[in-house]
Formats: sequence, structure tokens, C-alpha cells
Amino acid sequence: MSATAPTPSTVTSLRVRSGRTVELLLTLFALVVVGLAYVNVQLATVGEVPQLVWWHLGTYAGIVLALHLVLRWRARYADPLLLPLATLLNGLGLVMIHRIDVGTGSEVAARQLVWTGLAVLAAAATLVAVRDHRLLRRYTYLAMAAGFLLLLLPMLPVVGQEINGSRLWVRLGPLSLQPGELAKIMLTIFFAGYLVSTRDALSLVGRRFLGLQLPRARDLGPILVAWGLSVMILVLQRDLGSSLLFFGLFVAMLYVATERISWIVIGMSLFVGGAFLAWQVFGHVQARVTLWLDPFAPGQSDQVAKGLMGLGHGGIFGTGLGEGYPYITYFANSDYIVAAFGEELGMVGLFALLTLYALLAERGLRTAIGAREGFGKLLAAGLSFTVALQVFVVVGGITRVIPLTGLTTPFLSAGGSSLLANWIIVALLMRVSDHARRPVSERRQDPTKDLTHPRGEVRTR
Amino acid sequence: MGELTLNLVRLGVIVLLWAFVFSVVGALRSDLYGTRVLSRTAGRPARKESRGERRQRRKETPTHVVVTEGSLRGTSVPLHESGLLVGRNPECSLVLTDDYASGRHLRVYPGADAWYADDLGSTNGTLVDGARITTGARLEPGSQIRIGQTVLELRR
Repeated sequence: MSATAPTPSTVTSLRVRSGRTVELLLTLFALVVVGLAYVNVQLATVGEVPQLVWWHLGTYAGIVLALHLVLRWRARYADPLLLPLATLLNGLGLVMIHRIDVGTGSEVAARQLVWTGLAVLAAAATLVAVRDHRLLRRYTYLAMAAGFLLLLLPMLPVVGQEINGSRLWVRLGPLSLQPGELAKIMLTIFFAGYLVSTRDALSLVGRRFLGLQLPRARDLGPILVAWGLSVMILVLQRDLGSSLLFFGLFVAMLYVATERISWIVIGMSLFVGGAFLAWQVFGHVQARVTLWLDPFAPGQSDQVAKGLMGLGHGGIFGTGLGEGYPYITYFANSDYIVAAFGEELGMVGLFALLTLYALLAERGLRTAIGAREGFGKLLAAGLSFTVALQVFVVVGGITRVIPLTGLTTPFLSAGGSSLLANWIIVALLMRVSDHARRPVSERRQDPTKDLTHPRGEVRTR
Repeated sequence: MGELTLNLVRLGVIVLLWAFVFSVVGALRSDLYGTRVLSRTAGRPARKESRGERRQRRKETPTHVVVTEGSLRGTSVPLHESGLLVGRNPECSLVLTDDYASGRHLRVYPGADAWYADDLGSTNGTLVDGARITTGARLEPGSQIRIGQTVLELRR
């Protein structure tokens, strides 16, 4: 007869922990895993553990723990799980690159270790220079210009370089860079800054049709520009992966900003339409699709087939590090490093790696939920989504879920630009999460507290 | 190096990899358990009392007023230390839609050991267990308070 009303309740947070101790312990744990993997490779290939191994491990540990100290100094409340996850992924990447060096006689691992140092330095510099991520919002359109410039740089005649049929590289003296990796960050900053100020127009206006809130025709402009750009990358640079990555990033951020499913529907249909047209018109796209549908057909690249053979050879528990033949596949240390892990660590190990990526993306999205202002939310969501989408595109290509595209696996693949970009992404996520997790009492002392209006006056320090 | 050592190391890599995954997930649980849900009504009625007195009181005294008859039947309102105003005026905590109720009809307030009620000079009066009340009427748990066509009851 009587209905007792639900008891009203309040939610209070427990005492805020900075999480730096957890971070230190988990980072040390990650270094132990990397160390054991390295020792495993040495035991399997050389049969002993030379002194040099400990020097390499010590160098890597020093690099990572230095970043931990920078976090204690500059971002005390940053998410404690980002550094351990990145440490383990990067370290396992170094081990696998070294293992493939042993197989092929190349010397990539040492350079990768140097790049790791530079990338972590760049992450530390990002943390020190960007005291508040909201500062970045002021450079919204500058970020756009920089992003487009970086994307188009490889097309320029002198610096641009075509490798294996794709114009993705820029040669600067001895260095060869893939500017597309850095463009990813710039465009995420631009999308976040742009969408945070236009999302009302993009989400509220428009009519309903078949249960979807359709936008006005003139609000379709930005998505059409993004689509045009991604088709241009596909056609001119012959890079299916980056094309998918940029367009997917834009559509995902549009969805996060507006909560309208219609943008995903519009984006997907535009992309499928564009991809279908490209498949009809361009030979290199057709070749990729044929390779996807029938990787064992004669007269084409056997990269996919070799990767699949490697995964099959690994089976559930893998051959063990240093005991398989992953180096037979082309680009075994960059594009195909996932297949190398699948062969030597097996399905069990590969799933552990994918779980690590899932956790990394989860921490980014958790940061986005915790962030208290729109720009930080969009930035964190966009950055973590690029990492997740890139892993999907790479692993999907290797396992034949989607056509193979030439993207790097974040943190694992050999290649300085990719490492640089991903460590900067992690640094930005740390900065946003530091801001999001900081308790109210310490927020007052925040030197950037007068930055609530992104275009307002700022005291110079 | 023996075959056995190599196999142990190889197994160790995979086990440690998963151990790492699970320790990260373990550290992540603070997202789920990092907040504490406090009940607002449980803490409030007796803030000035000592803990023992409060516990004693909570055991014996009602915490809710439930409408058992009338158009609002089924409604339940928590009782607060500040008292409860019943009537037709919108400022009342329990707003009755009863033509026989006055604008400010009845006040329920806590005493030392029980809840008491004052009739605020209503036109049609208030009956507690069939007897008309004026001011300072002691309310036992389960006693019927009739206001016009509405019957209220105090419940725990």
C-alpha cells in the first residue's frame, strides 16, 4: 500500500590520491617484463646474456623513470596508468625490433632506443611547456594550418620522398620523417577547438528524419572538407591508412561533440562512397582489395600471406621469443610487428598486447569523462580515439578484417616519427588528466587559473 | 643454457605480461570504488545528538510520513529535524490536494523522544486516531492522522 520513496543520497569522493607511487611501482613492473622478454630473446638466439643487455635495459629504465620524475614535478595528479602502459608497449617494441635485427642482421634497435629517448624528451618538454591544455585552444586555426602543411609536406618536390609507392616521408639531411604522424596531433587540437565552439549549431539545428537528427545543408561544410582532404590523401599520397585515420578521427570527434548518431551515419556513408569510387578508379586501391580478399593468389605481394603464416605458426602460446621466423615477412619490425608478436608470443601474448592498447584508450576516454571543460574532453577523447583506431587499422589489416594499409603500430613499430607522436599524445593525455584529477584545494594554486576565457588576457609569468 | 630454463623464461614472459595487465586493471578499480555514497536522510535528523542517542532514536521513532488515504495515497515524505508542514499552500513540504484541508494545516516536529503535531488553526481540524487535536499532540508510530479526506501515518 505504501510506496517508500528511494532514499536520496549524495556522492562524495574519497581522499584524492595523486597515484604517483602506483605509477612508479607499475612502471618498474613494466620494466621487469621488458627485461625478461629481452633476456628471453638473448637466451634463445645467443644462448647467453651479455653485459650489454643490462646497459640497454638500464638506459631504457633511466629514460622512463626520468619522465616519472617530470610527472612528479609538473603533473602531480596525472593519470598513473598511462606511463606504465606506454613503457611496456615501447619496451616490448624495442625487444621485438632487436629480435628482428638478429634475424636479418640489420641495426634498427639502437636507433629506435635513441628515438625513444628523444620521444620521451619531447613528452617531458610538452608537459613542461604546456602548463594548461586550455592554452592550446588559442592556437586552433594555427594547429589546422600546421596540420594541413604537415600532411602536404611529402608532396613537395625537394623534401618529399616516395618509398614503396607511398609519398609519406620527408627527408631532412640524415633524418627521414613521416609528418603525417605529427599532423594527427595538430588536427586533433584543431578539431577539438573548432568543435567546442560550433557544436551547438551542429547538434541542435536540423530536422528529424527516420529517427535521425539531420543537420542543415550548410552545416555539412566541415565534414565535406574533412572528407575531401582524406580522399585527397588517399589519391595523391596513396595512403589508405592515414586517410581512414583522419576521417575516422573527425567523425568520432563530431559524434563526441554533438551526440548525434546522424553524423556517424553521414560520415560512414561518405567514406564508403569515397572508398568505393577510389576502388573503381585507382589501380593501387584495387590491388590492395584483391590482396585482402585473396592473399594467397599468385602474382602479388605475399606480405599478407606471410603474416598469416606467421600467426598460424605461433598458434595459441607462440614459438617463444627468438624461436620463430617473423623476420621473413617484409617490414616485420614496423608495419608487421604485430604479426611478429603473434608468431612468437602466440594468441595469448597478442591478446595481452591488445588489452594493453584497450587499457591505454580507456584511460584516455576516462580522462575525457573527468575533464571539466569541453575542449579538454574533446582533446582527450580525440587523442585516445586515434590510438585505438590506428591499432584497429593495423591489426585489422594484418588479420584480414579490412584491406591492409601502411600504418605504424603505436609504440611498437620501428620509426621515430610514430614514437615521437605517440609519446606526445600520452603527454597531452597526462596534462588533461592532471587537470581533471586535481583536487579543488590545489586547483586554486594553479598558475593558469585566470585562463578560463581562452581568448582573454593572460598574465605572463 | 638448458631447454628447461628457456621454456621457463618463455612461459614467464607471457605470465608476467598478463600479470601486468591484471595489476593495471586492479589499479583501475579505484575508478569504480573511489566514490562513497552517503545516504542523506540517515545522517540528517539528529545532527546535534550523540551517536548513541541517535541510534536509539532511529530504532524507535518513525522517519517517514506516508499518505494512506486520499488523492495522494502512496506518497511518502521523509521527516526532517526542521519539521514538516502539511497543507494546501505550495510552500508546504507535503502539499495536499484536498478541498477540506487548509492552506497551512498541520505542523509535525520532533520532540525529545517522539514526533509531535500542531494543528495550525485549520478550518476543518485534524483528527489523530479519531480525536481532534490542537497543539502538542504526541504522534505514536502507526497512529492515523486525518486531514479532510486524507489520512497520514508515521512510519519507520
